Amino acid sequence: MDTSEDILQQPAPDLVRGSETARPAKAARLSPSFISWLQAGPMMLVFLAFFLIPLVFVVIVSFWDYNEYQLLPAFSGRGYTDTFEGCIAQLPDLCTIAKTYLKTLKLCFLVWAITLFIGFWVAYFLAFHVKSKTWQMGLSLLCTIPFWTSNVIRMIAWIPLLGRNGLVNSGLMKTGLIGQPIEWLLFSEFSVVLALVHLFTFFMVVPIFNSMIRIDKSLIEAAYDAGATGFQTLVNVIIPLAKPGIVIGSIFVITIVMGDFITIGVMGGQQIAAAGKIIETRVNALQFPAAAANAVILLVITFLIITMMSRIVDIKKEL
Amino acid sequence: MKEGRPRSFYVLAIFFAAYVLFLYGPMIAIYVLSFQGPQGGLTFPMNGVSTFWLAKLFQGTGIVDLGAAFRRSLLLGVIVMAVTVVLSVAAGMAFRRKFKAQSILFYSAIASLIVPSIITSLGISLEFRIIDDLIKAHWNENFETSMGLLTSGLGAHLTWTLPFGLLIMFAIFNRFDPRLEEAARDLGATPWQAFRHVVLPIILPSVIGIGLFGFTLSWDELARSSQAIGAVNTLPLDLQGLTTTVTNPDIYALGTIISAVSFAVITLALGTIHMLNKRQAAKGSDAGKGLV
Repeated sequence: MDTSEDILQQPAPDLVRGSETARPAKAARLSPSFISWLQAGPMMLVFLAFFLIPLVFVVIVSFWDYNEYQLLPAFSGRGYTDTFEGCIAQLPDLCTIAKTYLKTLKLCFLVWAITLFIGFWVAYFLAFHVKSKTWQMGLSLLCTIPFWTSNVIRMIAWIPLLGRNGLVNSGLMKTGLIGQPIEWLLFSEFSVVLALVHLFTFFMVVPIFNSMIRIDKSLIEAAYDAGATGFQTLVNVIIPLAKPGIVIGSIFVITIVMGDFITIGVMGGQQIAAAGKIIETRVNALQFPAAAANAVILLVITFLIITMMSRIVDIKKEL
Repeated sequence: MKEGRPRSFYVLAIFFAAYVLFLYGPMIAIYVLSFQGPQGGLTFPMNGVSTFWLAKLFQGTGIVDLGAAFRRSLLLGVIVMAVTVVLSVAAGMAFRRKFKAQSILFYSAIASLIVPSIITSLGISLEFRIIDDLIKAHWNENFETSMGLLTSGLGAHLTWTLPFGLLIMFAIFNRFDPRLEEAARDLGATPWQAFRHVVLPIILPSVIGIGLFGFTLSWDELARSSQAIGAVNTLPLDLQGLTTTVTNPDIYALGTIISAVSFAVITLALGTIHMLNKRQAAKGSDAGKGLV
C-alpha cells in the first residue's frame, strides 16, 4: 500500500456525499482474514471451552476408574462393563441397558411420527393456505410464543387436565363413559409422549415451513394444470421439495427425545427408564465414569441416526 | 388457482386451530389455577378465587428461597442475552466472507444444538471438576470450586443460545442487499461507519429477535443447567424440584410468575421490533423524493 492510498483510507469524518475523491475503502490495515478471526473468534472460543473440550472430557472420563465417592484417573473399562453388565450372561433375555434403549427408541419413534404429522400439516396450512403476509407472520408467532416459555411449566400444565381428578377424568365420569378414573393418563408413557409432542412439534413446524415457503407456487399451478389431483401434487411436488425441512425437523426431534431426561422424569413420575435418565441417575450416584460411558454410547447412537438422515439431504446447503 | 377457498382450507384451518388450542390450553389452565382459593387443590374446580398462593410465594414462606433464585435467573438471562447478541452479530458478519475455520465454527454450532443437552452438561461439569482438582493439587488446597452461575452455568447456556443466534444471523444476511453497504463505502464510509450507520439499523429488528431468544432460552433452561450450574439453583431447576414433592397450587403460582416474566420480555421485544419496522418503513428510503 502506498501513502496516498493510506491517506484516502483515513476514517472519514462522516458519510461524505458526492465526494470526488472517494474510492471504495478497504479495511484500513487489518487484513480481511484477521478481521474474520476477530469477529468469529469469540464464538469459536465459547464452543471450544464449553462444548468441544467438555466432549473430549466425557470420552476421557468414560475410561477412568471410580469408587463410591471419587474419580480415579487411571485407565479402566469399568464404566462400560458396569453399563453392559449381564448383556451376554442373560441372553436370550435383554439386559437393562438394551431394554432401556429399546424403550427410548420406541418413545422416539412415536414422538417423531406424531410431531411429523402435526408439524407437516401446520406448516402446510401456514405456507399454502394463509395468503396474507401479515396473517402468516401472526399465526407463525402464535406457534412460536410457547417455545419462549418454560418447558417445565408446559409439562406441569397437564396435571390439572390428566390427573386422577383432572378435567379429562371428571368429564368422562360425568358423561358416564367410564366408571372410575383412568390411571394411565398421567405419569405414564402416554403422558410422556403427549408432553414431548406438546413441547417439540415446534422444531418440526419451523424447518418444514421454511422449505415450503421457498417452493415456487407456479410449480403447484403447473401440476394442477397438467391434471394432477391435489393428492398427486402433494406426493410428487410438495413432499419432495419439503424433504430438507422434514429431515432437519426430524433430526431435531429425534436428538431431543433421545437425550431427554426431564420430560420423561416429570411426566413419567420418575418411573420410566430412558437413555438420558441413566446418565442423570449415574451422576446423582457420583459414578461419573459410568455416566460418561453412557453419554458416549448415547452420543454414538445419536450420531449414527443423524448420519443416516443427513445422507438424505445436505444440511449446510439448506440453512 | 380456483376462486374461493377449497375444502382443504377449512379442514386444515380446524386442524390448525386445534393445534393452537393444544399449545395454549394447558398453560392457560395453570394460570387460572394459580388463583385458587386458600382451600383449593391441584385440579379444577376452582375453590374460590384469591391471590393467596401468589402472595404466599412472595412471602417466601415455603419451599425455596424464591427471591434469590429469581434474581440469579434474571442476572444470568440478561448476561446470556447480551453475550449472545454480540457474539452472534460478530460471527454473522464474519460469515459474509469466506474464512478459514468457517465450516468448523458452523459444524460446532450445529453439533452444539443437537448433541443431547445432558451430554454437554455432564461434559462441562467434568471439565470444571478436573480444573478444580488441578487447582487443589497444585496451587491451593483450600480451593472450593470454579463451578458457578457465571462460569460453568453461563457457558452451558451459551452452548444453547449461540447456535440460535448464528442461525438467525444467517437468515438475516440471506436476504440482506450487500449493495447498500457498498454504496456507503463508495460514499466514503469506513467499514465501522458502514456497519454502524447502514448495516446495523437494517438488521436491528432481527438482532432484537436474537436477544429475545437469548434471554428466554436462558430464563427457561433446564437440561444444560442441571449438572453445570454448581451449588445454587436457577428458577426452573427449583420449579422442577418441586414437581415431585408439592401438592399445593403454589407450584402453579410459581409457574405463573415465571411465565409472566417470559411474556413481559416477549411483549417488549416484539413491540420494539414492530416499532422499528414501522420506523424503517416510514423513514427508511427517500427514493423518489429528489435531493434533500
